[in-house]
Amino acid sequence: MGMTITEKILAKASGKPHCSPGDNIWVSADILMTHDVCGPGTIGVFQREFGKTAKVWNKEGVVIIPDHYIFTADEKCHRNVDALRAFVKEQGLPFFYDPGTPSYAGVCHVALPENGHCRPGEVLFGTDSHTCTHGALGEFATGIGNTDAGFVMGTGKLLIKVPASMKFEFNGKLPKFVTAKDIILRVIGDIGVDGATYCAMEFSGQTISDLDIEERMTICNMAIEAGGKNGIIAADEKTVKYVKERSSKPFTCFSSDEDAKYLSVRKYDASKLEPVVAMPFSPDNVKTARSMKTFKLDRSYIGSCTGGKIIDFIMAAEMLYGKKVKIPTFIVPATVTVEKALKTEKVNGKSLLQIFEEAGCEKPAPPSCAACLGGPIDTYGRSNTNEICISTTNRNFPGRMGSKDSQTILASPYTAAASAVTGYITDPRDI
Amino acid sequence: MDKIIGKVFITGDNIDTDQIIPAQYLNLVPTIPEEYKKLGSYALCGLPDEYKTRYVAEGKMETDYAIVIGGRNFGCGSSREHAPVSLGASGCKTVIANSFARIFFRNCIATGEVYPVETSEELNKSLKTGDEVEISFENMTLKELKTGKIHQLKNLGDVKSVIEAGGIFNYARKNKMI
Ligand code: SF4
Repeated sequence: MGMTITEKILAKASGKPHCSPGDNIWVSADILMTHDVCGPGTIGVFQREFGKTAKVWNKEGVVIIPDHYIFTADEKCHRNVDALRAFVKEQGLPFFYDPGTPSYAGVCHVALPENGHCRPGEVLFGTDSHTCTHGALGEFATGIGNTDAGFVMGTGKLLIKVPASMKFEFNGKLPKFVTAKDIILRVIGDIGVDGATYCAMEFSGQTISDLDIEERMTICNMAIEAGGKNGIIAADEKTVKYVKERSSKPFTCFSSDEDAKYLSVRKYDASKLEPVVAMPFSPDNVKTARSMKTFKLDRSYIGSCTGGKIIDFIMAAEMLYGKKVKIPTFIVPATVTVEKALKTEKVNGKSLLQIFEEAGCEKPAPPSCAACLGGPIDTYGRSNTNEICISTTNRNFPGRMGSKDSQTILASPYTAAASAVTGYITDPRDI
Repeated sequence: MDKIIGKVFITGDNIDTDQIIPAQYLNLVPTIPEEYKKLGSYALCGLPDEYKTRYVAEGKMETDYAIVIGGRNFGCGSSREHAPVSLGASGCKTVIANSFARIFFRNCIATGEVYPVETSEELNKSLKTGDEVEISFENMTLKELKTGKIHQLKNLGDVKSVIEAGGIFNYARKNKMI
């Protein structure tokens, strides 16, 4: 019987010729990623279970990327980064993106592929639920907790259940101003926030092939918002080119067999998709942007692992070019690479930074998770009272961006920027 | 553990990890004992104000409710282990829900902090916060102490062996993996 990409990768990682949904198998990890929020706890578990002097299973396999609470005065946050520093030194780990030094990178899910830690066919575990982002590079990537991560740190292995795959096939040309974010919000709206629980979400079809790697990342990033274990897109020439420019390690590209078994198959005509938003307080509360146009906003936020990549700011800049924002508009590049691109990338001859400045956006924050998850009270862009914020982030649960009284509306960079211009939820095609 | 007798705390569908433990407390590290306790005091403090009763009373470190009852998709959102840990640290023994988000469920089992148990009945509609119940893990039942009414819970399935071993590390040791 045929296998899906996810099954093939997991079979290979467990040293078996075949595996099926529901099998509990031990798989070998290629990469374990952790950050400042879950790193100290993971290290705590690792040392408790394997001993104070234990060594990680593979130095090259552990990647540590502090990104959540970096630009804050909160002392515990600093202490946590110090704990990571001490561990990295003691273990001699080569991949540490240390805040306040030239190696600092920014948000893990964008920094990992940028720095060559993602390769097709591999298994990547991360102590963050949006680790599913990296399925965009044709690998199996999923989020785990500290205890499991401590286990992987010591053994390089983890017991996992093989997920059944759900296929989402998109064909046709995306209309102008309709983006990867609209694709994934549409899917989550259709299947619900638990519609893919325990499943692999495989995205395929011509529309997906036409997307750039960064846009594919937006789609896989939000697989977890439908409860998915992983999101995955078969590697193609674009993937191979992207990876080879950043990594010299060999890798294997897998694709699903013709006769692979899916739990469900959904087909979409991409040319019929529209700009959508997810209203508070659930990512599946999806409406067309147009139908919400009388909804008044207090602020707009462009950033995070979902919506703070280079392509996201290019879209926002296209929309904001020559216009003024009516509400405070926050700009948070995900990584240092994205931050640099704000100066070098141009739209109609002007740099993105210049366009944002002229439109009256807030001065961009340094790269990090910032207000995507609220965080300490002094976090840039945090909703501290009852603000209503349209945001390119990925979650809008109660209190997600700070105060319990605030509200978050999820949207694409085009829609978030168009809405910044009017102060109301706005379909970018209506500007 | 064979049996739990205690009060239930009722929640709704899609209780996400930001409601279980808001992000501003993620600077606390679960493996540091004082911070573990502190996490317990914040368990479920992100629930909206419609919840009239706090899970952990103001100024207290532990809850009066050993059993949390949820609806669908309990624990969705982030992979923060702080979520099951905060519940476990607060004195919660089990969460009973119609379904669980994958990572939360997994973290409950890996840490052994709380038992995640599924039910097909809408117990979060039929029971009220404060009701006393007895849960038997041997029979997988929940008994309402006031009425004696018994509800069947779902079996733990293939995670039972990991739960019984006491988490992923003990399970792996038992099976000579480490
Ligand atoms: S940007 Fe937001 S969603 Fe992404 S890793 Fe940071 S906090 Fe999580």
